[in-house]
Amino acid sequence: MKYLDEFRDPELARSLLAEVEATVTRPWSIMEVCGGQTHSIIRNGIDQVLDDRITLLHGPGCPVCVTPLGIIDSALEIAARPEVVFCSFGDMLRVPGSDCDLFSVKARGADVRVVYSPLDAVQVAADNPDREVVFFAVGFETTAPANAMSVHMARKRGLTNYTVLVSHVLVPPAIEAIVESEASRVDGFLAAGHVCSVMGTGQYEPLAEEHGVPVVITGFEPLDILDGIRRTVAQLEAGEARVENAYPRVVTSQGNQSAQDMLAEVFTECDRSWRGIGEIPSSGWRLADEYRAFDAELRFGVGDTAVPEPERCRSGEVLQGLIRPDECEAFGRDCTPRSPLGATMVSSEGACAAYHQYRRLDGVAVSP
Amino acid sequence: MIDPVDPAAWVCPLPLRNHDRIVTGHGGGGQMSGELVEHIFLPAFGRSAVAGLHDSATMDPPVDGGRLAFSTDSFVVSPLFFAGGDIGRLAVNGTVNDLAMSGARPLALSAAFILGEGLELAVLAAVAESMGRAAQTAGVKVATGDTKVVESAGDEVLYINSSGIGVVPPKVDIRPGRAAAGDAVLLSGPIGEHGIAVMSQRSGLEFGTGVQSDTAPLAGMVASMLGACADIHVLRDPTRGGLAGALCEIAAGAGVGIEFDEDSVPVPDEVAAACAFLGLDPTHVANEGKLVAIVPADAADEVLAAMRSQPEGEGAVRIGHVVADHPGVVAAYTPLGALRVVDQPLGEQLPRIC
Ligand code: SF4
Repeated sequence: MKYLDEFRDPELARSLLAEVEATVTRPWSIMEVCGGQTHSIIRNGIDQVLDDRITLLHGPGCPVCVTPLGIIDSALEIAARPEVVFCSFGDMLRVPGSDCDLFSVKARGADVRVVYSPLDAVQVAADNPDREVVFFAVGFETTAPANAMSVHMARKRGLTNYTVLVSHVLVPPAIEAIVESEASRVDGFLAAGHVCSVMGTGQYEPLAEEHGVPVVITGFEPLDILDGIRRTVAQLEAGEARVENAYPRVVTSQGNQSAQDMLAEVFTECDRSWRGIGEIPSSGWRLADEYRAFDAELRFGVGDTAVPEPERCRSGEVLQGLIRPDECEAFGRDCTPRSPLGATMVSSEGACAAYHQYRRLDGVAVSP
Repeated sequence: MIDPVDPAAWVCPLPLRNHDRIVTGHGGGGQMSGELVEHIFLPAFGRSAVAGLHDSATMDPPVDGGRLAFSTDSFVVSPLFFAGGDIGRLAVNGTVNDLAMSGARPLALSAAFILGEGLELAVLAAVAESMGRAAQTAGVKVATGDTKVVESAGDEVLYINSSGIGVVPPKVDIRPGRAAAGDAVLLSGPIGEHGIAVMSQRSGLEFGTGVQSDTAPLAGMVASMLGACADIHVLRDPTRGGLAGALCEIAAGAGVGIEFDEDSVPVPDEVAAACAFLGLDPTHVANEGKLVAIVPADAADEVLAAMRSQPEGEGAVRIGHVVADHPGVVAAYTPLGALRVVDQPLGEQLPRIC
């Protein structure tokens, strides 16, 4: 495919790599915020071919990974109810709650369905007026507009049997929490293009300015990421800290106005706790007051109770770029995709899963 | 390629009592079961059916020596009809290909149906007709069969179990354990079409809609490959689990490493686009008309030429080789020149959130 090939061209990749090598004079650490970028980096071996002085740190941008255990447990509780049809994106189904996952609940007879769009879930609600249809609304700014739209549509269609279990989180507060943390080693950020395609680039400007970190917005193909690294290194070496849009084919400075309007109508900002990281102020969305009737937590009386993480899982540190997944002692031994201890080993965008999937060449003893 | 069957256009050869749907009685072994056989299965399987309605089919033993190959598989695909094929054709080709992967020439198949109450007879008839056509194309007979009916709550239930027997020519010894360091790895053509065709239809998504299943019988191509080199070490059809799954199983089975070049694996544009959209790896997506061959390096060119001489192998390529390093692990060179592990998918492929 032309569109994809253009962004995977090995010749161009080599010239970008050479440019980084020619510019860099000292070690820098760059964090890619989004799990999709992490996956692309590890899958394509970008970190293997990059100049040794550049360290890539993996960030918190995997929606599946950061959904708190308490909400997963609420999802499991709701899904198990006989009157409920529980609709979710596919990759939430294997995420472990305290003692099982949605797949196991489904195997025990619950009506759990994979949908590709929340609007499909609205249709399920319209088709099954005698059932309670619940959609698991997780994700960053990227998935939120469609989820908001589903609630809007359900109200417009007069559906009283549709609710959403909301666990939306926002990227900029997470980046801010990371740069402000004592332990942070991050010199610059690669921000996720798809988030900015919705929200625009403006949100990152105060961040770059106040904290003196370059923020370069990139896509997900190998060349997008290499170009992002090249630009970040150039800024760092020049002592600059700006927001740069390296993904103009998708991202504009204003973002998508109608998506933002939909978000503003249906959601309102709230504090959210992030799995493995903890509470970050104003880092998420919940349903706005006039849409509370569509809140599954209220309808089913489940709360986002704080549930402790398995002690040995260091996914919080992984998600903040403090350790690499293979530096966790459980990695590949007691924690594998088949029996994961943390969500970062489950999600297709999780850093632990990426390392496990693509980096076991020498570690054959590490069982799959 | 044979045309896909249009279920709406299929007409039952004779009316079946007053029923247009499957009822419990159709699985009871009585007159109604007999009517299904007589009015649907026999006309559909036509010349490819073995005459006679005994409890078991009889066949003459092969006279040219060799060993018998015996294989079974169950087919539960949803939807029953998809771009480029249907469950009936899949059952025939799938079973034929299982036999072909041991180098066997297929002789005969069985067809056992598990049907849900309420299934339209026209649907069953269309599937049976497609099986008959596929069997004819593949040169095998449908020798025996069975029908059972199960209760189903309004869902369209049609499952097929099919077993097949075939003859492996003398001196041919094809099995995963024979992959050896230095062998060449060949792939018969572009990957991912079947999985994307089915997935796009199943979810009603607006992607990959031009992709057709690659379902095809491979025994003919295997015969011509064996003509080029009787010492083929391993054959595998990368069905569920895709190319990655097939290579991982071979590497594990033989205790060898396999390395291939990501760039050398043909992925049709629409498959690549659909995979990018859904967050899937094309090497994990199912195929139904492709094979992977592990052959001695010095025979690779001839086997490749034999593959390319057949319609099913037109797009055949050499993708990599077997190595003594990292036993049990498959690795791919990325376009950037890095080496990464190629894993088997864990279970069902799940499109990701964003
Ligand atoms: S390897 Fe497993 S236990 Fe360790 S941080 Fe990752 S998910 Fe947690």
